[in-house]
Formats: sequence, structure tokens, C-alpha cells
Amino acid sequence: MSLKGKVWKYGDDVNTDVIFPGKYTYTITDPQEMVLHALEDLDPKFAKEVKKGDIIVAGRNFGCGSSREQAATCLKYAGVGAIVAKSFSRIFFRNAINQGLPLVQCKEAVENISLGEIITIDFEKGKLLVKKRIYDFPPLPESVLGILNDGGLIPHIRKILKIDRPVCVRTAQAEESKDD
Amino acid sequence: MGKTFAEKILALKSGKDSVVAGEIVTVSPDIVMSHDNSAAIAKKFKQIGINKVKYPEKIVIPLDHCVPAATEKYAANHKEIREFVQEQKIKNFYDINSGVCHQVLPEKGHILPGTLVLGADSHTTTYGAFGTFAAGIGRSEVASIWATDEIWLRVPETIKINIEGEIPPGIYPKDIILYIIGDLGADGALYKAVEFSGKVVKNMDMGGRMTLCNMTVEMGAKIGYVEPDKKTIQWLTPRTNKKYEIIKSDLNAEFEKIIDYDISKLEPQIACPHTVDKVKPVSEVTGTKINQALIGTCTNGRIEDLKITSEILGDKKISDRVRLLIFPASMEVFAQAMELGILQKLVKSGAVIMNPGCGPCLGAHEGALAPGEVCLSTANRNFKGRMGCKEAEIYLASPATVAISSLYGEITDVRRYLK
Repeated sequence: MSLKGKVWKYGDDVNTDVIFPGKYTYTITDPQEMVLHALEDLDPKFAKEVKKGDIIVAGRNFGCGSSREQAATCLKYAGVGAIVAKSFSRIFFRNAINQGLPLVQCKEAVENISLGEIITIDFEKGKLLVKKRIYDFPPLPESVLGILNDGGLIPHIRKILKIDRPVCVRTAQAEESKDD
Repeated sequence: MGKTFAEKILALKSGKDSVVAGEIVTVSPDIVMSHDNSAAIAKKFKQIGINKVKYPEKIVIPLDHCVPAATEKYAANHKEIREFVQEQKIKNFYDINSGVCHQVLPEKGHILPGTLVLGADSHTTTYGAFGTFAAGIGRSEVASIWATDEIWLRVPETIKINIEGEIPPGIYPKDIILYIIGDLGADGALYKAVEFSGKVVKNMDMGGRMTLCNMTVEMGAKIGYVEPDKKTIQWLTPRTNKKYEIIKSDLNAEFEKIIDYDISKLEPQIACPHTVDKVKPVSEVTGTKINQALIGTCTNGRIEDLKITSEILGDKKISDRVRLLIFPASMEVFAQAMELGILQKLVKSGAVIMNPGCGPCLGAHEGALAPGEVCLSTANRNFKGRMGCKEAEIYLASPATVAISSLYGEITDVRRYLK
């Protein structure tokens, strides 16, 4: 699997409160609606202009703070194809994989990537192409890759448990709380 | 070479003879905790396509994030959780009269040394104070544990932090952990297990150890850990009949790093807006005007914290420019503070005593901030917008610093009280 996309560039310690503001976790339960507020307190232009397959590139500790999964959900539904960072906060890392959103940790490449440029990621080979220069990154462990390839943790578990029947769930107020 | 606590417990829980840091293992947790987010998790659980949780006895659900419900939507959320708990025969459910999850689970005997606890909350690390491997996870993961009783974990490397020296007057565990976070940075322990040791930790009460472990996640750590001792056992004995096995790092374990701190000359510490690692000694921010003072949360709402608060306020009145909100971390703490006469004294000083719960820490209700306001809080996060308003500022400090500052209406050095 490979991905070619336009870059949105941010700094270090982008926290979950600026990725998906807490105040909306009370009122917004539809992932499509979450998209409208993605990165709102960091970059108001992002939600309006993000295109399917765009790539977020950031510094250290991306996604630090709360365990709220909506931080990964809103970026996934915004169409973000992958996030490249110097490092990821560990709960955000898990949440992103569990939402089927690929992450690339590549410290060296981040310095060389600018806002708006087009970069290419080859996930299988662990290569990142930036300005004709190739950077290597360690591929995700196989077990983690399995979750990603199945489109996230819930479909992955359905596959493992061999559950084929469609699911009908009442929606109600299920997203009405905020994790911390 | 010996093994660290993290390596030993993850070997045990994955059914292997031995594992090394960096390895990925599949484990079965002893306890899985979720709170007000349990309705959202239940929805994900049902998306998997099965109807019954595998082990209801492993699930613990306290309601704490917005209690009692602030709005109709919150009420509906709580109602859904109560119905799910009944339907799934989950016995370990604690309703709105219990307190913050990170205080309630230890008090109710769910947190034991040598066990593996996962929670849908980043401050699950608090339980490490009891020699437990306790880490935060996401909602989908809790749903999948409910279904399968399994999850993958990476065995973390361990950073050992030795805290030595004599604690100076006016310095508390909160000052120590803020100092360490300021020193190591918001990603200073990313993915790592942090083991606290040294004379200061050995002499620290369980409340102080919980404060240290609670905030390890603010430097990116996967878990915090304090080796259980007589104090741990003494604290747990009246709360549980269950047997447990204490697991410790070997003396010759391979630590990634050993960091030594001597805190003999430490000043009170303040985390300044808008990141937890922007820590300064109080002398650099003394005089900063405050509108709200908050004492409570999973970081500092324990009986030890309320005792210090009451001692410092004495029979004095707080500044008329300040709103002082007190949130005991649990109903047990609340009742104890009542019996000791602490709450009566705090009320006379002008404090508002709130019900146990997370309160305004995450901006849900019960004391949100207005634009331009400043809050000095004993909580663990000060991110922009955290307490409901992105034009407000949050400073973090020890209960002692918050108490003394509420008297003067500005950030004040608590050592002034001691003179």
C-alpha cells in the first residue's frame, strides 16, 4: 500500500484538546460532524480545506493528553491518509491504529518536509519519499499491521471471531461522554 | 541480567517464561475500567456483533466525569450505562455517589499489587502507586477486551527515578512530580515505564505515591510504579480479602536510564499555561492574580490534601476576589473530612464544597472558566480550553500552594505561611 498526499505541517506536543476540542464531545456524536471541528484550536483552516489522502506531518509527541478516541476518529473521517511525526503519544498511537489510520514515525524526514508539499509513503517497504530523497522508517509490527489492514480494531475483532452478521445498534447518546 | 517489574508482570500475564522490553505480547488483564464513556464503549462492543461480555467480574465502571448529570444528554448517557450494567450483570458498578475512578477503584479493593489493570482513561497510571501495572487505553480497546479478554501490549523499557534528600518545608509530592515533568518534558518518558524509588518515595504516604503515578502520563509514560511495602499492605488490608503477589524489579534489572533527584532545595513548583511541562519555581510567578482556586481531582483530592488545605486556611477567610472549590476525590474522603471537621472549617473560610467527581477539571461543569480568567488548580492538565474556555489560563500547583494563594488572591509562596 502506498500513499501520495499533500502535507499539513505542525509542531511538537499537539494535544488531544486542540485536535478535537472537549466541548464538542457532549454534542457531536456523528464522525462526519466531528470532521468540521478537527484541529479547530490549532489550525482553523484545516477542517475547511483538508482533502482525502492529505498527510499530517508533525514534531514530537503528537496526540498527547487525553485518551479520547475522537481525536483519531475526526482525523480519519476528515480523510487524512496518514500521520508522519517524530514521535506519537502512546494512547493516540493505539487509537489511530484502532481507527485504521496509518502512522509513520520518522524523525529525520519531518525536518525536511514543508507545509503544502507532496510526499509519498510506501507502507510495506517502510520508505518515505520527500524531495527526491528517500527516508526509511521501521514498518509497524505484524500484529499491529493486521489491525490496520482490517480497517481498525472493531472490524479486526469481528474477523478474528468470525462474525459475519451485520450489526444493528441503536445510536442514542452513546458518544455523550468525554474520556480523559 | 535481571528483569524489571514491567518485564516480569507482562511475562506472567502473557503466559510466557520471560519477555524483554520492546517485545509485543498478548495479555489478559485482571481489571478493565471505564467511566462515563462506558455507553460509547457499549456501542462499540455491540458493533463487534456479540451480546455478552466475556468476564463481567473483570469490569469496573464508576460514574465520575459529569456527576450528577449536567444536562439531559448526560443523564441519558448515565441511564444507558446503568441499563448496560444490569443487562451484562456487571456487579462492580459505582454510581454518582462514589467519586473519581482513580480513587474509587483502590478504595473498593479492585487495585492489587502484581495485577494488570487497563482503563479507558489516561490517568489510569495512578494505580501504579500500589505496585500494579496500570495503563490507559482507548474505547475500541476496552470494547474488544470485553469481548475477547485480550489485548496487545508492548513491553516498555523502564526509567528508574530515585528521589533522595530531605523534603523541605512547604514541599509536597505534587511539587516533586511537577519538577520532574518540567525537567524531563512532556515526552520525557514516552512509551516508558517509570519506577519511582529512593528515600523520599519510601517515606511518602500512599496519597503522595498516587500523585506521582497519576502525573507520569504527563511526561508520556505508559505506567508509573512504586514498589509495594508495609505502607501499601497496611492501606490495602482493610479494603480487600483477595490474595496478591508483590512483583518487584530485580536488583540487577536492566533499566534504560536511572535518574537521580535531590529535592532538599526544591521550591514550590507551578506548571504555567498552556502545557504541563512549562514548570517554574513559585518565585517566578508570585503575584499572578487568580479568579478561581480548585482543590481536588484524581491528582490531589485525597484526605491528606484536604488536611493540608484546612491547616493552611485555619480560621482565615479567602480573598473576596477568589472562588475556592473543593472536590473530595471520593465519598470515602468526603465522609472522613466531615468526621474530622475539615469541611466545616473550609466552609467557614469561604470554600464551596462540591460533590466527589472530576468536577471542572475537564471543562464539563461545576466551575468552568470565563474568558480572561485565571485558575490555580491541583489538577493534572492545563491545556488551552481544558476547563471549558480557550481564553482562560490554568496554573497547576500543590494543594498547599492553592490554599495559601486563595487567601491572598494571587499565586503565593506557601513558605510565607510557614514563617
